[in-house]
Amino acid sequence: MRKRVNRRKINDALNALSSKKTPKYITYLAAILIFLALILLPPILGIFTKFDTIQQIFNQPALMNRALIAIANSFIIALLVSAFDVIAGVPMAWLITRGKSRWLSILDTLADIPFIVPTAALGYSLLLFWNGPEGISALFGGSLISPGWLLIALLHFTFSFPIVVRVMVGALLDYKMEFERASRTLGASPFTAVRTVTMPILRPSLIASYILAFARSLSETGATFIVAGLLENGPVFLQNIKNELAVSNPSLYEGATVFTSLVLIVVSLAIFAFIRIFGSRLRLPIKGFWPSFERKLSYKKAEASRNSITLIVFFLIVLIPSLFVALPAFEALFNPTLSEAFSGSGIWSVYWQSLVVSYALAGIVTLLSFVIGLPMALMIARKRFGRLTSTTFDILVNVPLIVPSIALGVSLKFFWQSFAFVPEFLLLVFAHLAITYPYFVRSMTAAFERISLDMEEAARTLGAKPFDVFRTIMLPLTKYSILSGAIIVFTRSVSETGATLAVVTTLQTAPVVIVNWVKQVVPATPSDIGLGCGILIVLSLAILLTLRFVTRGKGRY
Amino acid sequence: MPDVRVVNLTKKFGDIVALDNVNLTVHDKEYFSLLGPSGCGKTTLLRLIAGLIEPDSGEIYIGDKRVDNVPPEDREIGFVFQTFALFPHMTVWENVNYGPKVKNFDEKESETIVHEVLELVKLHERLSAYPNELSGGMMQRIAVARALAAGAKILLLDEPLGQLDAKVRNEIRYEMRKMAKDLNLTAIHVTHDQSEAMSISDRIAVMKKGKIVQVGTPQELYMKPNSLFVANFIGESNFLEGSVAEANNGSLVIELRGGAKVHAFGKGLAKDERAIVVIRPEVLTVEKPSYQGKNMLRGVVEKISFEGTFIRYVIRLESEDVVIVIKPSLTERWFDIGDSITLSFESEKVHVFAYPEAGLMEEISV
Repeated sequence: MRKRVNRRKINDALNALSSKKTPKYITYLAAILIFLALILLPPILGIFTKFDTIQQIFNQPALMNRALIAIANSFIIALLVSAFDVIAGVPMAWLITRGKSRWLSILDTLADIPFIVPTAALGYSLLLFWNGPEGISALFGGSLISPGWLLIALLHFTFSFPIVVRVMVGALLDYKMEFERASRTLGASPFTAVRTVTMPILRPSLIASYILAFARSLSETGATFIVAGLLENGPVFLQNIKNELAVSNPSLYEGATVFTSLVLIVVSLAIFAFIRIFGSRLRLPIKGFWPSFERKLSYKKAEASRNSITLIVFFLIVLIPSLFVALPAFEALFNPTLSEAFSGSGIWSVYWQSLVVSYALAGIVTLLSFVIGLPMALMIARKRFGRLTSTTFDILVNVPLIVPSIALGVSLKFFWQSFAFVPEFLLLVFAHLAITYPYFVRSMTAAFERISLDMEEAARTLGAKPFDVFRTIMLPLTKYSILSGAIIVFTRSVSETGATLAVVTTLQTAPVVIVNWVKQVVPATPSDIGLGCGILIVLSLAILLTLRFVTRGKGRY
Repeated sequence: MPDVRVVNLTKKFGDIVALDNVNLTVHDKEYFSLLGPSGCGKTTLLRLIAGLIEPDSGEIYIGDKRVDNVPPEDREIGFVFQTFALFPHMTVWENVNYGPKVKNFDEKESETIVHEVLELVKLHERLSAYPNELSGGMMQRIAVARALAAGAKILLLDEPLGQLDAKVRNEIRYEMRKMAKDLNLTAIHVTHDQSEAMSISDRIAVMKKGKIVQVGTPQELYMKPNSLFVANFIGESNFLEGSVAEANNGSLVIELRGGAKVHAFGKGLAKDERAIVVIRPEVLTVEKPSYQGKNMLRGVVEKISFEGTFIRYVIRLESEDVVIVIKPSLTERWFDIGDSITLSFESEKVHVFAYPEAGLMEEISV
């Protein structure tokens, strides 16, 4: 009873506050300030605090060359892989949304799996599958694909493919089928209808999915590090020179790091801007019409073979390699590794600590994203400070998304170094927050935009105060988006390796431990690694399924 | 050009039977409407004819050709969607030219066609506009033009006027009919608005719960409804319950609830059977209480509303039944609220139906 009275009082107080202009604007301003001070500016300013060291690398042409090649590798891989993602992901999304079989909902869930497997575990899994003696290589009498270029591309394809599928499934579900049907009644074959009508209308989603896959590929560090072999891309190079130079030649290390990070950031921003500006002007090839040829592509046989290829790609290149690590994990259950692990002896004590660090970190980051992200999303969606401010912040919020996370981590580290009092864990929180915040704000902004303003106004005319409107209308209607945003933030934080490696020296998160084991920085047996990855996957899966269960059927109106 | 014929057509969505063994023939060059409340299956039937969905069983013919396995693009139909479905990324010209292009028409030829149809819908000056720059009425006309340019001889219209405001709707519906007639097209028009269907159709099929209840010209449906449902759905009707007191070769005496006896004609009804007499509001005449004649119903004026051309009386009968009477205001002697009156009607102008098993309200519910 007392509790209820208290709650009522708090509610009344918040209502009273929300009716006044000042507290409302203070909330929004605070959200903006926190965003600028914690998320946007540190990664940008950090680089400039060490900008003077950059000339160090100009005196080292060999190192400079190595850096440039690594950066080029990063962009080539990201551009190519994202293109393949879209080519393979669209038919998959098509199959999920348009297929008639009831098995497709299972396929829908399976498509998310590479998403939640922490990338370090994913990298190890792929290494085993494509290169290890027990994987597919066994069929070919030796290692099929050695670490290097192709394996990195396969890896990046594996973890960015689900992003494209997710975005395109959403877009296809929202798409009004009427357009495609109209095209059919006008005489277009199914394939022509899709090419000339559906795809052009879905172009913004295609571009968005490409950009997301691109950014993800550019950022990934932990898994890439595992499968890279001798090849270096940007993040791997940054990590390698840290190991090589951080102690022996710190100023050269800083110079090379500043240079590489800066180039990565500037080029990815430029590419992002280019795609944003010219992507919307890009005319897909809709002008030409080849009715008879496309008619052949629309035959049942062609459709069946397209679906088969899609499924083969998904299972053989994405799903099975992702879960291949389950094999050694399974073996580990029957040898002494399991008891070692649970007694926490040897290398396992660090592992368990890292798990606690990872999940505590992810929890805190998710909570913070929610608290500081929500007012920002509301401000952008409802244009509280006018259209221009909203558009500006809408773009700014996305900046950390396209900055390679290791570069972001490096820069953050430089920035916060000057404040010696900031403990390492807090630094980690800041880094992960910067990386995950955009995901949350994006998904919430979209959710708020979907709620018609009439809804809010109706509540106001019925006597609800602004805070009441938020609590009783906005929150319930966006519950599903909040939770799905939280899932993304949480899994992304658990997976993140690059930024973590960049900012910490002593603290270890789970992916860092896995990378160290695989790279034999810490001696670990295949059994250990398998079990370590297995536990990580099972935990992530459990959390995902719990959240799915909790959110089941809720918040969809 | 061909007839459109469906035979024993059935379509289910999960457990819901959207279309239940439907048979229908639409004649060549006919302007035909599918009319019914929402959920009656009229749009499903239209989409089946178009090939946008596939039937569970039954056959669809366009002319002599069986088309239920033919994809929509090969049925030579034009479909106008309720939302118009104009492609947002194409201009008016590109939208209208879409059909000729995907059908690989000669370029010169398609240009001529597009000009012609745009001329026809009087939107020739908006060639380079995008759909979002057009008004609802314009979009509707472009949607029709687009269907025509693709060479459609059969026009399938799914609530084509539903998105327009009342005034535009009234104008365009006559335009649509005129255009279809001028071009010798067969048109099948889906609507839930009975006045729309009545005013433009050659024939109408009234549908209910996945079945066709009655097919006929607007006059036939109004004058000779074959069921309580049609009598209620087309126009307005009073329903009076009673039982058959005498039955002699279709000539009936019905004892209404409250005891009044009236004379009417109806087939298939036997003595003592429960029945419902259906009387259109304009069929009743209002007389002074002293009036003596056939078919008298006594009551009191409860409400009067003046509607310009007509006066509408609400009369409470002695049986407590309430009936509505509509009279032309200029020729009518006026009564006041509270006046006792006698209602009368001609036996030939009313209809008698057996009392429905499911009850009257269930039977006429939309």
